[in-house]
Amino acid sequence: MIEPNRAGEVWVFAEQQDGVLHDVALELCGKARELADQLGVQAGAVLPGAKLDGLPQRLIAQGIDNVYVVEDERLNHFQTLPYARVLCHLIERHKPQIVMYGATALGRDLAPRVASEMRAGMTADCTDLEVKDVEDPRTKEVHKNLLLQIRPAFGGNIIATIVNYDWWPQMATVREGVMPLLDPDPQRRGQILREDVVLDESLFVIKLVERHVEERRVNLKGARVIVAGGGGVGSRENFRLIYDLAAAIGGAVGASRAAVDGGFIGKEHQVGQTGTTVRPALYVAAGISGAVQHRAGMEESAKIIAINTDKDAPIFSVAHYGIVGDLKKIIPLLIKTLKEKR
Amino acid sequence: MPYDSIVLVKQVPDTANITGDVMRDDGTVNRAALPAVFNPEDLNALETALEVRDQYGGTVTAVTMGPPKAADILRACLFRGADRGVLVTDRRAAASDTLATSYILAQAVRTVGRFDFVFAGRQAIDGDTAQVGPQCAQKLGIPQVTYLEKMIHVRDRVARIRRNFGDGWEVVDAPLPVLTTVIGTANSPRPPAARRVMRFKRARVEAEVTAEVKAELPQSTEDDRKADVARRLTNLKAEGLLIDQWSLDDIQADLSRCGLAGSPTKVYRVQSIVLTKEGYTEIPPTEEGIRQLIHELVVDRTLG
Repeated sequence: MIEPNRAGEVWVFAEQQDGVLHDVALELCGKARELADQLGVQAGAVLPGAKLDGLPQRLIAQGIDNVYVVEDERLNHFQTLPYARVLCHLIERHKPQIVMYGATALGRDLAPRVASEMRAGMTADCTDLEVKDVEDPRTKEVHKNLLLQIRPAFGGNIIATIVNYDWWPQMATVREGVMPLLDPDPQRRGQILREDVVLDESLFVIKLVERHVEERRVNLKGARVIVAGGGGVGSRENFRLIYDLAAAIGGAVGASRAAVDGGFIGKEHQVGQTGTTVRPALYVAAGISGAVQHRAGMEESAKIIAINTDKDAPIFSVAHYGIVGDLKKIIPLLIKTLKEKR
Repeated sequence: MPYDSIVLVKQVPDTANITGDVMRDDGTVNRAALPAVFNPEDLNALETALEVRDQYGGTVTAVTMGPPKAADILRACLFRGADRGVLVTDRRAAASDTLATSYILAQAVRTVGRFDFVFAGRQAIDGDTAQVGPQCAQKLGIPQVTYLEKMIHVRDRVARIRRNFGDGWEVVDAPLPVLTTVIGTANSPRPPAARRVMRFKRARVEAEVTAEVKAELPQSTEDDRKADVARRLTNLKAEGLLIDQWSLDDIQADLSRCGLAGSPTKVYRVQSIVLTKEGYTEIPPTEEGIRQLIHELVVDRTLG
């Protein structure tokens, strides 16, 4: 743990694999910029790895002032212990006030280990972060500019706001897709700082035998329009309607957990707390009742159309347009109307 | 070559099955109405430990932290084949966040003694943080392998493990001792064995025995009750039915690292998600209605 350090920077862990930055790292750069401006400090990114050409410039273009680069052949593939050592070492050296990680499989492996070694707090899976003055309800002491770490808990049924009053740095993992990805500014200037961190061979005890990364075939996060079907679609055959509507609008196909569990469609299409979090320009929810877990993954969409036979379905609580009726009649109508427009 | 495993398990409110009865009229959650269940992925962790023992020999010890009621899941572990259960229960551990919880569990693991593996479920369904496993590994000073999908083999004190991280997988060799977190698709946990249920359904922790004596002998003096508790504990122990119950003192915990005092993160505010019924535009399910909807979406440039 470090003492509260009001001059400390706002940091992002710059997750990359094989020289490609993870989307969530780029999303977090924008958030770091925003928080740093609010606090009047600089934004930093920690970039460990082996093949990092061009990546510091990209982080700067996304809003970072100082990129701390730790380049070492042995850091090519992620391993918890050496990566944690890099983070802890740099945190101790530079004393940032905030450190954000993407809530990816890698980030959720690394971040708690770093927090434990630093004896600092860690809030998992945040969906929002804000800086505000906070009064400790027990001591009545007002803490200036604390990081409010906002996350769903209890199976998505409550939203908890977590703070660290005096055990810093304030650290959180942030869910993918919840922070908007800002347009890069190639003209932005920043510093690239090469850091030396001694990494003892004993940190590399886990040996990689074989590795296989699957291309994400379904790009839900990048889709401008998503047409999603739920349990109300009824069958795998009926799910064809969802595909047809998605094709007519030019969107991707999403699904609720009920549709995935029902075997109508593969899990890679699942939107929601255990699937992908999305915020497209348009989200069409057909036959989705709208369990909190699903809503948590799509309610930030700019426009939501809900189609459901049950007028009391919770999905309507987040919808902008609601159509009460049978999707098997409504979707063909939608497709027909869309085709007439063209 | 036999391997000794410790499995970290947790009793959780069943957040996966929130029904109408659990949601209050104002949309908030009535926690008391939720049944307590064995955290699902901890059952997968237990199964992995039992499979290692089935194949190579050794022991399986289940450790949990919680109120006396959490002894329920230790019995569930014994029913499935665990050799021993340990409950860490102490009021001073209340309000522990993940950092403090992992410290307490690491102290409990040290107190159990020798081990080759520590297994835990990837995450618990009440918080979904997935932090306690890695943090426990750090405190024990051992490496971690998260997202175990398959224990391929253990040879010469090296575990070959397949990890699944969602959009890919990898196979790693990890020298023992190691802590691994197990995902739900790793295996199908075995059901309780009938003969073991018959044997261990009477297994108790001391706090449960004390409560039972108090309920059964309301008229007795304090001393008589104490004597009765002592007698029952001796009998349970002789039959191998006494589940270990440890306080923070028993695990030599530094109290400044436990409970509220040892927790850097504080809950500042909790908001229940209320199902609001605020304005959406209702579109009639007619050709005219749909045409109007599409028109609006084109006008506001949602549809290009």
